[in-house]
Amino acid sequence: MFQIEFDNDKVVGIDLGTTNSLVAWMNLTRPEVLPLVPSIVSVSPSGEMIVGDKARQELIDHPDRTIYSVKRLMGRGIADVQEELKLFPFHIANSDEKESESIIRVRLGDRTFTPPEISAFILRQLKQNAEAALGQPVTKAVITVPAYFNDAQRQATRDAGRIAGLEVLRLVNEPTAAALAYGLDKRQEGIIAVYDLGGGTFDISILKLHEGIFEVLATNGDTHLGGDDIDHRLLNIALEDLQSEWGEDLSHVGEVVQTLRQEVIRAKESLSFLPDADIDFAWRGKSYHREITRDLFENLIKDIVDRTLGPCRSCMKDAGVTHEQIDEVVLVGGSTRIPMVRGAVEVLFRTKPHTELNPDEVVALGAAVQAGILAGTVENQLLLDVTPLSLGIEISGGVVSKIIHRNSTIPASASETFTTGVDGQTNVLIHVVQGERELAKDCRSLLRFDLKDIAPMPAGMPRIEVRFLIDANGILNVTARDARTGKEQSIDVQPSYGLTLEQTEAMIDAAIEHGEEDLHAAQVALARVDADAILLAIEKAKHNDAWLELTDAEREEISDAIRQLQTVYHGDDHHAIRDTIDILNDVTHKLAETMMNTAVSGALKGTKI
Amino acid sequence: MDYFAFLDLPRNLTIDANAAKDLEKRFYALSRQLHPDLHSRKSPAEREQAEESTAVLNDAYRTLRDPVARAEYLLKLEGFDIGEQTTKDVPPELLEEVFELNMALEEADIPQLESARQKFEGMRGEIDVELQQAFARWDATGNREALTAVRGILNRRKYITNLINQTNVPDRI
Repeated sequence: MFQIEFDNDKVVGIDLGTTNSLVAWMNLTRPEVLPLVPSIVSVSPSGEMIVGDKARQELIDHPDRTIYSVKRLMGRGIADVQEELKLFPFHIANSDEKESESIIRVRLGDRTFTPPEISAFILRQLKQNAEAALGQPVTKAVITVPAYFNDAQRQATRDAGRIAGLEVLRLVNEPTAAALAYGLDKRQEGIIAVYDLGGGTFDISILKLHEGIFEVLATNGDTHLGGDDIDHRLLNIALEDLQSEWGEDLSHVGEVVQTLRQEVIRAKESLSFLPDADIDFAWRGKSYHREITRDLFENLIKDIVDRTLGPCRSCMKDAGVTHEQIDEVVLVGGSTRIPMVRGAVEVLFRTKPHTELNPDEVVALGAAVQAGILAGTVENQLLLDVTPLSLGIEISGGVVSKIIHRNSTIPASASETFTTGVDGQTNVLIHVVQGERELAKDCRSLLRFDLKDIAPMPAGMPRIEVRFLIDANGILNVTARDARTGKEQSIDVQPSYGLTLEQTEAMIDAAIEHGEEDLHAAQVALARVDADAILLAIEKAKHNDAWLELTDAEREEISDAIRQLQTVYHGDDHHAIRDTIDILNDVTHKLAETMMNTAVSGALKGTKI
Repeated sequence: MDYFAFLDLPRNLTIDANAAKDLEKRFYALSRQLHPDLHSRKSPAEREQAEESTAVLNDAYRTLRDPVARAEYLLKLEGFDIGEQTTKDVPPELLEEVFELNMALEEADIPQLESARQKFEGMRGEIDVELQQAFARWDATGNREALTAVRGILNRRKYITNLINQTNVPDRI
């Protein structure tokens, strides 16, 4: 009888961060964001997945079953992450020679996962949280990525969404999302710079605002620079101290490293508003104390902060603007709370940066706005983003011929015609790379593809036209046709890093098979639908004469049960919600009966009462 | 459809402030109609169409807003073969400068490279003035000889730009 209207097109915006992840959506005209979920994933000895706050303790108790900062591994090959492996306790499981080329596998306890699968656990948690809060299923999302993410890193993020059971409508660049969040009720015209220093990535984007259009002029960054690097500096100081004070090298004791890591993060955060902070640590009857002054801290991180300035200058140059033309600067990412970072940004742009919005939430808020644009609920705003890296193909001598330049507005396309070099040749191999360097070996290998089944002809006669399209997600699509016949040319695409389509499909299937989490979320959502129905029915019944016929004690009993239901409503225990609905059912039995008897209204009839 | 027709512009080469403003306005207006974000609830075929047509719009805007890319594109439309500039043949008037540049590069003589860069940038500045004049001639007359002149100037410009890029030492390390 009571129909809860589902907004079936509810699209959520997700900030899948290195340190924390958030989900948000548009509520009428304002974005609403749920509390952040730490990007930590752990597998319990019984095989249960633990995500977020609860996994934080697991970092200390079961470091070999727990992973954080997995974003650093997204879309990367084994060779790329050697540096990371020195700093992060990632347990790489690749042994198979062939597989080590394409995708990393991480060991958590006795199971192994690819980075997109681990990210999918975080996404699934966010999906569940959103479903519980919204009381409806969530299947569509906008996910943010660092602007400087390459094709493989973007594809890995999209794969993670799919594995989590989300249709990823759009990948949005994080700084651009932040600009959207700030642009909500701000200036109509102007040039803004977004400086985004997160847990593991740095981005700078310069945008032009014009009557609701957010046009990115240029972007730059470093996908391996962020708060994590600062934590490591502090951690190394503490470990070196322990080595000299206790005479023990504890850098390989996971429990010690993770406990210290949380301690130095706490100290780092205090140093943003205090002149000094303490690092305290006790282990096996011994204790360690160290004071870190802000001066020491700033000396320690100066080069990290300086490393962000080069990309800022390049970005201004590429955007064709000087600091005088930049009207506003926006700070994004937890690391921009550090006074030294703020100072450096202020000196560089000679503008006091905006910090009104919570730097941890601003990207998710912007993602929600973009979700609203896609769902059609936010009108008159449009993002025009760019590709951060040039796209090229390898030509003779290993040299790169650039076909789409960096900072081109996306979608962007280019067509190239290829031919054969030998009489009767029936296939042509093409190597596509991303990057700014002259030689293919210095760029990022994206994919190789084989133009197959070319009709045998004298060399140079076939003309195969290949179209490269970088879509609005910043992901490359390749199609080919025979320029003479106009027929589609078959191509066999081999991604250099990341999952093939078949592998992704298999993971989606596996996730559905082991879909306890999804099932659980659906049960919570359904329980909340029933809870909504009964609460609404009782609210209506209160205006009925039957309500007045109840005794004070009976009305008090009902109010108590309502309060109980409201308490468990936002939790993720569907049993508790069901049990409380039953209690409410019982205590409203007389009310429903009276109403039915008096035939005033069938308001409670169609529900489960 | 060619880019000029797509953006409803005459085949002119000069882009003054007004022309630039008009171009931007058209680009924004078409973006508001075509962009994939505004078609995300449609069928897969329509979404693909939105990606494709927006890609063409973006490519057109990028080409026509840049004077050199615009001129090269117009030359192609008008049937001129612009081809790949061969950097092997040194223009006779630059023989001495190129020789000096190669010496400086070999010896990694930074001050020498810096002065070479300044010299070449000065030359490019002069070429750009020449280019403006040739652009104006084409816009006024629609005379193909004006385009032949544009092609010659563009080739020289490309050669000088290559030389300037070579003087960028930090990029080479």
